[in-house]
Amino acid sequence: MTSLLAVEVPYWGQSLLRVLGGIVAVLLPAGTIVYVFLFKMMSFMQSRLGPMEAGPYGSMQLLAEVGKWLQKEDIIPENADRVTFKMAPLIVLVSTFLLVVVVPFGPDALMTDFQAGIYYALAIGSVSVIGILVAGWSSANKYSLLGGLRAAGQLIAYELPMVLAAVGVVIQAGSMNLQQIVVAQNTYEIFGLDWIGMPFVITQCVGFVIFMIAVQAELTQPPFDMPIAESELVSGYMTEYSGFRFLTFFIAEFATAGVFAFIASVLFLGGWGVPFSWFGWDTVDSVDNWMNVVGPIIMLTKMMLLVGIIMWVRFTYPRFREDQLQQFAWKVLIPVSILNIGVTAILKVAV
Amino acid sequence: MTMLNERQQLSYIAAQAADARLNVELETDGMTLNIGPQHPATHGTLRIIARLDGEQVVWAEPVPGYMHRGYEKLTEVRTFPQVTTLINRIDWLGSFANEVPFILAAEQLMEIEAPPRAQYIRTILFELSRIANIGLFLGDLGVQMGAVTPAFFGFRDREYVLNLIEGATGGRFHPNFDRIGGLKDDLPKGWINETKQVMKRLRGFCDEIEDLLFGNEIFQSRTRGIGVIPAEVAKSYGLSGANLRASGVDWDLRRDQVLPMAWDKADFKVWTHPDGDSWARCWVRLQETREATKIVDQLIDDLPAGPIMAKVPRIIKVPEGEAWVSTENPLGEMGYYVISKGDLGPFRVKIRSASFNNISITPWVLKGVYVPDIITILASLYFILGDIDR
Repeated sequence: MTSLLAVEVPYWGQSLLRVLGGIVAVLLPAGTIVYVFLFKMMSFMQSRLGPMEAGPYGSMQLLAEVGKWLQKEDIIPENADRVTFKMAPLIVLVSTFLLVVVVPFGPDALMTDFQAGIYYALAIGSVSVIGILVAGWSSANKYSLLGGLRAAGQLIAYELPMVLAAVGVVIQAGSMNLQQIVVAQNTYEIFGLDWIGMPFVITQCVGFVIFMIAVQAELTQPPFDMPIAESELVSGYMTEYSGFRFLTFFIAEFATAGVFAFIASVLFLGGWGVPFSWFGWDTVDSVDNWMNVVGPIIMLTKMMLLVGIIMWVRFTYPRFREDQLQQFAWKVLIPVSILNIGVTAILKVAV
Repeated sequence: MTMLNERQQLSYIAAQAADARLNVELETDGMTLNIGPQHPATHGTLRIIARLDGEQVVWAEPVPGYMHRGYEKLTEVRTFPQVTTLINRIDWLGSFANEVPFILAAEQLMEIEAPPRAQYIRTILFELSRIANIGLFLGDLGVQMGAVTPAFFGFRDREYVLNLIEGATGGRFHPNFDRIGGLKDDLPKGWINETKQVMKRLRGFCDEIEDLLFGNEIFQSRTRGIGVIPAEVAKSYGLSGANLRASGVDWDLRRDQVLPMAWDKADFKVWTHPDGDSWARCWVRLQETREATKIVDQLIDDLPAGPIMAKVPRIIKVPEGEAWVSTENPLGEMGYYVISKGDLGPFRVKIRSASFNNISITPWVLKGVYVPDIITILASLYFILGDIDR
């Protein structure tokens, strides 16, 4: 743990690296997602070019946007609850940073090796609800309030299928530690083929689909974007925010998309690892040091793949109505995920 | 109650009273939500006051008039040929269609009729503006429900129609092309071939929207059975156009009245739908777009030769009299009641625009729906703000 690329790093150095790593792991995906998907993929799907002026193919557009937002006037509505109004975007962004803490990016490239990692991640993931609810209430705006309440109802409803979908993985891996889940996927074998490992997306395909749907709802992306719903609630809880506070919400939205995709790729797609049999490894400690560099790249690739799917759905589907969404969660997703847990548990014991 | 003895009756009444007390205690104050005048779903500045109980609408009322431009009064100080400049700004998406009924009313008073070629071209441009109008509706429908992509497809393919209108008239939005007694110009060279290609493309667009949006399960669950308007109610509120046909009333002014236009020369079907819900209104409009492309194709094939202008005096004075002409515009029945005193301009013009009557049903149809459904119902009723406020 103390060596990174065969260089001894003192404790303060490790801490610094982890803080930097955390910031990079949150902001880099957010920026990449916004440019690649929100600016470019969306434009190509809609038969237009997207930003083309700032930098080659508009690649500097994001910086221009950030500059624009920072220059804007910071407006706080007169009747708003000032303290909580200012606090809300920070709560949302901080929950994203807390979330990335448990995600492993390599054998040693991780912020913290937490035994109950998945438990922690799913618990912290719903902290953002508080921020959204606070934002909706403190804005002193009816649309914001409706948006905040919708968000609360929706995120609570979709927290459950997400947890239940992850339980299947936990049962199969026999651990709640995200690092152990990665190791399990890369050391297990399926049908006696040890060279492909066993990414749980194969055995837990039902769980994977449920997890991705729940992530979509958790991120309030269409078709589950009733809390934002710009055509009816005029951006819901974000209506009254401007300038850098809106920017904070915006970064948090896409950073959370990235982090949830990281978690999904750890749970279902084998995380940072390659099948250990390729290089003759058997445990985490025996993994070569260069995986600390290759691992994050593998994670980033998988993350982009998953976010690509999330965004693809986002740009295509119209949105549900609030009650239809609740029905979908309680009547379809939760029963199916409970069934999935049962089947997984039986097979785990029987086989 | 009559079967119960006195003791049972008393206990029944007591139970009812207890329930009522409980309801009063638990009752929460409703919230009044102002949707608009600045709201993306109102296509401009329509304001809807909705009283909500939770997310359910208890009472709703539209407040038009934020964009009132006084066109009825303005026409009185214009000459007849000048009026078309004003009135094609009423429904700005299908502008040419606004000019036609007024010109027909003026021609009726002057007892002249446009030559056949002018009638054909008028009808073709009328149907093109219908496609331009409803093409935007079909794209916009998705945006109202959160699907962004169809809107751009709508704008993309509508652009071809606007190019055609621009090619023929010189104006994309406000052609001002119709004249008393005929048209300003003949069609430009190459226009007919291009129109044929564009019509083919638009049928493809209709198929695409049908796949992308109408075939989507979420879209169906958002529109089917939502905002049902029965035929009787629709008639009593004076709905017209696709909103009325979606309630199962087979009524289309293009087919049902005799006008000096070329619709009777084309073979088209008037679609109706028995359901009367949001889905039916959208679907009828989709079919209408398809029929419009077919009408254009047919009329272009047998476009007669000849002049495009009847003999009219250089200075147009309309004889004294009154005339009412209404046509089936993209949004519904649009008519002009023109009173002339024999001057250069009309003495009084009453404009009957379709959207004003179409949104008058909102208090009835919005009662009891949820807030997200307000948006889908308004989108499916389809109004243009200029058409409401004039």
